[in-house]
Amino acid sequence: MTMVTSSGHRGLVMDEPLLFEQSAEGRTGVDLEAPEGRPLKLGGLEREAPIGLPGLSEPQVVRHYTRLSQKNYAIDAGFYPLGSCTMKHNPRLNEKVVRMPGFAMAHPMQPQQTVQGCLELISTLAHWLTTMTGMPGVAMSPAAGAHGELAGLMTIRAALTDRGDARKRVLVPESAHGTNPATAALCDYKVESIPANERGRIDIEALKEALDEDVAALMLTNPNTCGLFEDEVVEVARLVHDAGAFFYADGANFNAIVGRVRPGDLGVDAMHINLHKTFSTPHGGGGPGSGPVVLSEPLLPFAPLPYVVVDGEGWRLVEHDDTGKSFGRLRSFHGQMGMFVRALAYMMSHGSDGLRQVAEDAVLNANYIMARLKGAYNAPFPGPCMHECLFDDHSLKDTGVSTLDLAKAMIDEGFHPMTMYFPLVVHGAMLIEPTETESRQSLDLFCDSMLHLMERAKAGDAEWFHNAPYLAPWSRLDETAAARRPVLTWKPAAETNRAV
Amino acid sequence: MRYLPQTDADRAEMLALIGAASIDDLYVDVPRSAWLDGPVDLPPHQGELQVERAMAAMAGKNLHGGNAPFFVGCGAYRHHVPASVDALIQRGEFLTSYTPYQPEVSQGTLQMLFEFQTMVAMLTGMDVANASMYDGASGTAEAVLMANRSTRRHRAVLSGGLHPHYREAVETYARYGDFEIASQTLVPDGVEDLASLIDDSTSCVVVQTPDIMGRLHDLRGLAEACHAAGALLVVVVTEIVSLGLVRSPGDMGADIVVCEGQSIGNPMGFGGPYLGLFATRDKYVRQMPGRLVGETADSDGKRGYVLTLSTREQHIRREKATSNICTNSGLCALAFTIHLALLGEAGMMRLARLNHEAAQRTAERLATIDGVTVLNESYFNEFTVRLSRPAADVIDALVERGVLGGVPISRFEPDNGELADLMVVAATEMTTVEEIDALGNALAEVLS
Repeated sequence: MTMVTSSGHRGLVMDEPLLFEQSAEGRTGVDLEAPEGRPLKLGGLEREAPIGLPGLSEPQVVRHYTRLSQKNYAIDAGFYPLGSCTMKHNPRLNEKVVRMPGFAMAHPMQPQQTVQGCLELISTLAHWLTTMTGMPGVAMSPAAGAHGELAGLMTIRAALTDRGDARKRVLVPESAHGTNPATAALCDYKVESIPANERGRIDIEALKEALDEDVAALMLTNPNTCGLFEDEVVEVARLVHDAGAFFYADGANFNAIVGRVRPGDLGVDAMHINLHKTFSTPHGGGGPGSGPVVLSEPLLPFAPLPYVVVDGEGWRLVEHDDTGKSFGRLRSFHGQMGMFVRALAYMMSHGSDGLRQVAEDAVLNANYIMARLKGAYNAPFPGPCMHECLFDDHSLKDTGVSTLDLAKAMIDEGFHPMTMYFPLVVHGAMLIEPTETESRQSLDLFCDSMLHLMERAKAGDAEWFHNAPYLAPWSRLDETAAARRPVLTWKPAAETNRAV
Repeated sequence: MRYLPQTDADRAEMLALIGAASIDDLYVDVPRSAWLDGPVDLPPHQGELQVERAMAAMAGKNLHGGNAPFFVGCGAYRHHVPASVDALIQRGEFLTSYTPYQPEVSQGTLQMLFEFQTMVAMLTGMDVANASMYDGASGTAEAVLMANRSTRRHRAVLSGGLHPHYREAVETYARYGDFEIASQTLVPDGVEDLASLIDDSTSCVVVQTPDIMGRLHDLRGLAEACHAAGALLVVVVTEIVSLGLVRSPGDMGADIVVCEGQSIGNPMGFGGPYLGLFATRDKYVRQMPGRLVGETADSDGKRGYVLTLSTREQHIRREKATSNICTNSGLCALAFTIHLALLGEAGMMRLARLNHEAAQRTAERLATIDGVTVLNESYFNEFTVRLSRPAADVIDALVERGVLGGVPISRFEPDNGELADLMVVAATEMTTVEEIDALGNALAEVLS
């Protein structure tokens, strides 16, 4: 029975209108001092029309966003096994230290002698990252993983241009994240897809076939998005280098190998590191991220501006390139400093011993889930897996239940769904990444739910699945209608609430 | 290790269930030659207290906007952030959630982003805004790419008043995307005839107001010239607070507006993370980069929000996507939205006026000093002064007196001697009379 209340609230789940629907003219949530009323010096460009912002008091705003927060699933609240996203615990120490005024209130354009502590922190984090990856240098400025990919490919293109080598193609395995081909296209490269072999790894024969003097780079995620280590990676690197190309590694899955394997020992030329994955800076509802990219010796001279160097007088930020080799600037300032502080606090907390344990426990947890579920769910590739385990929808065949249905039913069980329908190389993919910060008890609860749902699917309960979730604050939302007639902003009732 | 729940007993039992003798068995696919047999050469784990001390030691070495008279701007600004903003963004439900791929359990983030998009559209005077970009400079590069797609042309004209870092970022994207950039040189008097540079290959003109030297520009004529030639006008705003007092870019005919949103809700934080605001007209929405949230209903007819128009995006379209962007700047957008909700219409307008008045007071004080000429006829909360000595040296001399005086233009343009004596000075609602006196006295001493 659906409970209907007169308020729209249901217990602790409060119905919450938009800000604009709670507005009163002239009301505000700040008490600013009164202006003097000086004549304006705006060159006659003063605003004539109102902005249209709502008027709310502080208690209303606090309650509004508290209520909205309660409609979100989050790591703090429960298990969040979103494959390829590394949803691990976000320590609050990191939030505390990033708010120290010496970091939070420092301006990027202050004279460098006044921000030596900031530059020291960036330099220290760079040392940790290059040591963990076994690479000679790192470009710290990219704002996110995809931005790191962009920096990496631009560095590669600059290096090739420098040697007069105008290569036109980038090879990307079909299991890659969508950002890989999109990034290559942004650098004006033609993207060529390389198939996977029957073991879920890059097909070496297809790679050999594709490699020639026109290939600029191979972009390979390792461990890959099937949760598998590319066991022929050393040979892959050799083939790529023999063809005169560069080996770009997508480091999204570094959490599986941090402290156990250094990408530099595998022949990698460039790899971005998602600080918001492996090094636990908070995902914040979709960013901000941070994507430093480690670089091999031949690529380092071409790294983006600005970068930090150390000399006799301390740390120095290089903002202009005297060599003419740097490929240039990618963003407003020096990097995601707030993420650097958090990531370094995380790394120092774990230390070299703890980071190795991070990888081992992440891999252990994923293999534990794989072992518990593989009798009921079909694992297309045998283990061991790395930090995430992959199932396809073969076991759901003939039940009338899809991967999507199963994922939505997981919400009623109290879990955030796994990544669905990615990677594309298997049918109806379910990619499960537990991370190292889940206890065995929470893994067992999750596995029990997964097994229960498979039993229920096999028992012919398809109709029930099609309408899941039942217990979430919202039932399934109509994404097709949203895209067909997009409503992207609120407008006052008098105006048509339609964007396109 | 405090962040790792498994005990050695757990690990042993789990390995037994997996059927592995040791953890090494799970790494068999890694070539043996690449195994590290022990921890790398970095310090071992530390407690909270030790990490906090190490961080405090580094933070303590910096001069900053909280412990020195402060007038630094040029794309990042010192503003007061209400206490409730920081309290709310640290709620775990916001802080530790991911991109709202599962809308049934992500309505908090989705509704917030819908409110964010609406308020960004209101401020900029545009129809629609996306759910944020990395920052102002990368957002500007994305705007040029979008203009190229929309017009099927490949030449962008950049004003000399555009923040030099933004110009450099656009030039980088252009160099690798193979399109042409006509960048104008920054000139002290700010006079440039951008309309005359538009031709039938021009996709867009990119202009910033207030510009890097703080001057405001009436863009209505330029908008007409762009539209007459089939080009788009891209307007950049690095100080979003200005839009509380200044005519909006949309009102002046902009087709795409890119702003740095740091000033509302977000700390200066030595340069990031920030958030790019990105707004446009309805007719260009399908060419937009980045995530968009749209309104819809659930199967019971209850209003809700989802990520939408994702066929523009990399996870669907791969190499044919409008951008490679995946992560946006969600938490910064949340801080922006909460701060703006607290300000509201009345607070935003008043905040803007307080900023403008603080800059006026500062300019008036500096204008009394021998060797200082205020160049701006118009400005919002920052302006440029010509000094009787090279600005970089003056800034260093001010630091010796404990004052963070501004930004020397030569830091951006070291090779342009004509700009060597220029310093950009910013003031905000946080600037006190005492700070203005400290700057005035120190500057008079340095220039005497």
